[in-house]
Amino acid sequence: MLVGAFSKGGPVNDESQYAEGVIKAGTIATMFWGIAGFLVGVIIALQLAFPNIFYFEDFGFTNFGRLRPLHTSAVIFAFGGNALIATSFYVVQRTCRTRIAGGLWPWFVFWGYQFFIVIAATGYLLGITQGKEYAEPEWYADIWLTLVWVVYLLVFLGTLWKRKEPHIYVANWFYLAFIVTIAMLHVVNNLAVPVNWFGAWSYPVMSGVQGALTQWWYGHNAVGFFLTAGFLAIMYYFIPKRAERPVFSYRLSIVHFWSLIFIYIWAGPHHLHYTALPEWAQTLGMTFSVMLWMPSWGGMINGLMTLSGAWDKLRTDPVIRMMVLSVAFYGMSTFEGPVMSVRAVNALSHYTDWTIGHVHSGALGWVGFITFGAIYCLVPWLWKRKGMWSKALIEWHFWLATIGILFYIAAMWPSGITQGLMWRAYNDLGFLEYSFVETVEAMHPYYIIRAFGGFLFLLGALLMAYNVYRTIRGGVEETEDRVNPQSSLVAAE
Amino acid sequence: MSQKKGFFQGIHARFLERNSLILTVAILVVVSIGGVIEIAPLFYLNSTIEEVDGMRPYTPLELAGRQIYVREGCYNCHSQMVRPLRDEVERYGHYSLAAESMYDRPFQWGSKRTGPDLARVGGKYSDEWHRDHLIDPQSVVPESVMPPYAFLADAALDYGQIEGHLRTNRLFGVPYSDEMITNAAADLAAQVDPFSSGYDDLIARYPGAQIRDFDGNPDEITELDALIAYLQVLGTMVDFSTYEAEAPENQR
Repeated sequence: MLVGAFSKGGPVNDESQYAEGVIKAGTIATMFWGIAGFLVGVIIALQLAFPNIFYFEDFGFTNFGRLRPLHTSAVIFAFGGNALIATSFYVVQRTCRTRIAGGLWPWFVFWGYQFFIVIAATGYLLGITQGKEYAEPEWYADIWLTLVWVVYLLVFLGTLWKRKEPHIYVANWFYLAFIVTIAMLHVVNNLAVPVNWFGAWSYPVMSGVQGALTQWWYGHNAVGFFLTAGFLAIMYYFIPKRAERPVFSYRLSIVHFWSLIFIYIWAGPHHLHYTALPEWAQTLGMTFSVMLWMPSWGGMINGLMTLSGAWDKLRTDPVIRMMVLSVAFYGMSTFEGPVMSVRAVNALSHYTDWTIGHVHSGALGWVGFITFGAIYCLVPWLWKRKGMWSKALIEWHFWLATIGILFYIAAMWPSGITQGLMWRAYNDLGFLEYSFVETVEAMHPYYIIRAFGGFLFLLGALLMAYNVYRTIRGGVEETEDRVNPQSSLVAAE
Repeated sequence: MSQKKGFFQGIHARFLERNSLILTVAILVVVSIGGVIEIAPLFYLNSTIEEVDGMRPYTPLELAGRQIYVREGCYNCHSQMVRPLRDEVERYGHYSLAAESMYDRPFQWGSKRTGPDLARVGGKYSDEWHRDHLIDPQSVVPESVMPPYAFLADAALDYGQIEGHLRTNRLFGVPYSDEMITNAAADLAAQVDPFSSGYDDLIARYPGAQIRDFDGNPDEITELDALIAYLQVLGTMVDFSTYEAEAPENQR
């Protein structure tokens, strides 16, 4: 792919054209890492369902403890990250009506990011980890990512600087907030000193309580800015484009943008209810988490109402349906989140599978579906095809994934609540009713259902990959012209 | 675009949406406020971490065991944070204090209990139990979904860097003395050998350290030795006979 950029005897940087090669590469990478991440997810789900079959005494590196970070990082950072980088490069060019800035530097961002993924992932398997959730990569990978990220920010800002539109389109606000805030979170949470410069091991600067709050300030805002703000940017471009309707409300997008990014940052301490974190911090975190419901639903409403007058497309266009369901899952998860952040609820839900179910309704439903929708839009646009090779396969993907998610979360809710209730159950004499391992045993059927749901979701993604492959290979009607990308994006007000 | 715009909307359209640097700076300011207000006060240590008797830095062997714990990703399934809820206190013991993780880099409070909390697992089971359980968890808990860690018993512990580990911790204020650092490797070896000549020195440096052959294999210091030593010290350092939960500094 890099070769393509150098063809015709030198770097091709034709200012009259949009750069699309790097976005094509990003789209393929998104699918590749997505499938890899889902596959590892199915494997670790099976390990918990059938420990006697899926653990191998001779291959310690395949144990749950090492594969679980591989799964979360592959899905969040490799699949999600590539989707965000690829779509942001696409959207910023179209909405600024200019070629991306920086010549070949966008390719550096792409390959630099893939390199980060590979050194982080291989590190996990080798047991190289910082031991902090979603921030497992060790110091050398962190430094490399920081470098790539700064270039990413400069490429993005550079494109904004040379835009031919007076206004910066709303999707770009969200991308910018995502890039800037992730940089801040990443740098602060990963402050560490290596034991020596030739070894992988490092010690974080912050310990105990400070370490915990900084980690969850980072962790929750990885959700807020990586998995929410970034993907809202995707929503703000691809839903209006696909539905050929303007964004529902310009005013709402302003209000919910600023309130969302302001409030999200406070929500981290709800991961630390009843811990040794001072109670005032817990209460602040809970309060802002509940408030967060409003800006979140502001985004959901803006996304859903963009379909006003085009609701019939839900019947005819599975891609629109996918993206609308995605926004619906967003609304559901962002309602569930504030509920779970309430201390009394959290006392039950924390440490259980309820959290896992909550995360997956957001990750599979919201992030997964909006990304699939964007891929189904991008592939025909980038490879100049009239449409995807098979609409029927998109329908299959939609239903397999939807049913998969339902199995998943429908298993994890009762599993989590059962476990939480069993932990605190007392018998008539006032003793604890269940030993811990009885609660593990009770999870067994749910873990099997969960693995099955995950498998369906993976199957859907494989269908997508095949569909994309056939579309790129050809045999689909090709197009010359694309619709003017700006035509329908401006708000209706 | 609309004809009638509110005040903020007007400003937004005129400045924030037209100048990417103003937008970037505004975003940075807005996303910094919450973090600064919540996190910065925690660095006034005495308002965050109560004083307790008994906390000491990890011995070199325990620290090495902690690295195995982190390396294997135990935190993915085990928390180390007993909440002050009736059932947890009954199941696991006294709720966790902030001071108990003050030397923990990274902290390992965890977020999921696929297995039980380990904050106070120290001393609850024998070394033999831990050994059997780590090598083949289902042999002692048939319903367990925990993976086998038999390879730890065969892996010699690599502690060539242990001095550096202590020294790095000292950078952040963990009270490792020069003496502790110089003798780190010797102390590590002494802790698995009850007949070692370093016994008294080790106890003097790390009061209350448990000294014995944790993995039942006297020929070699293995990763299993280190991990069990770490598990056996978890939650045992604080002297709760002198801890006053009702004291004002503990009511925050």
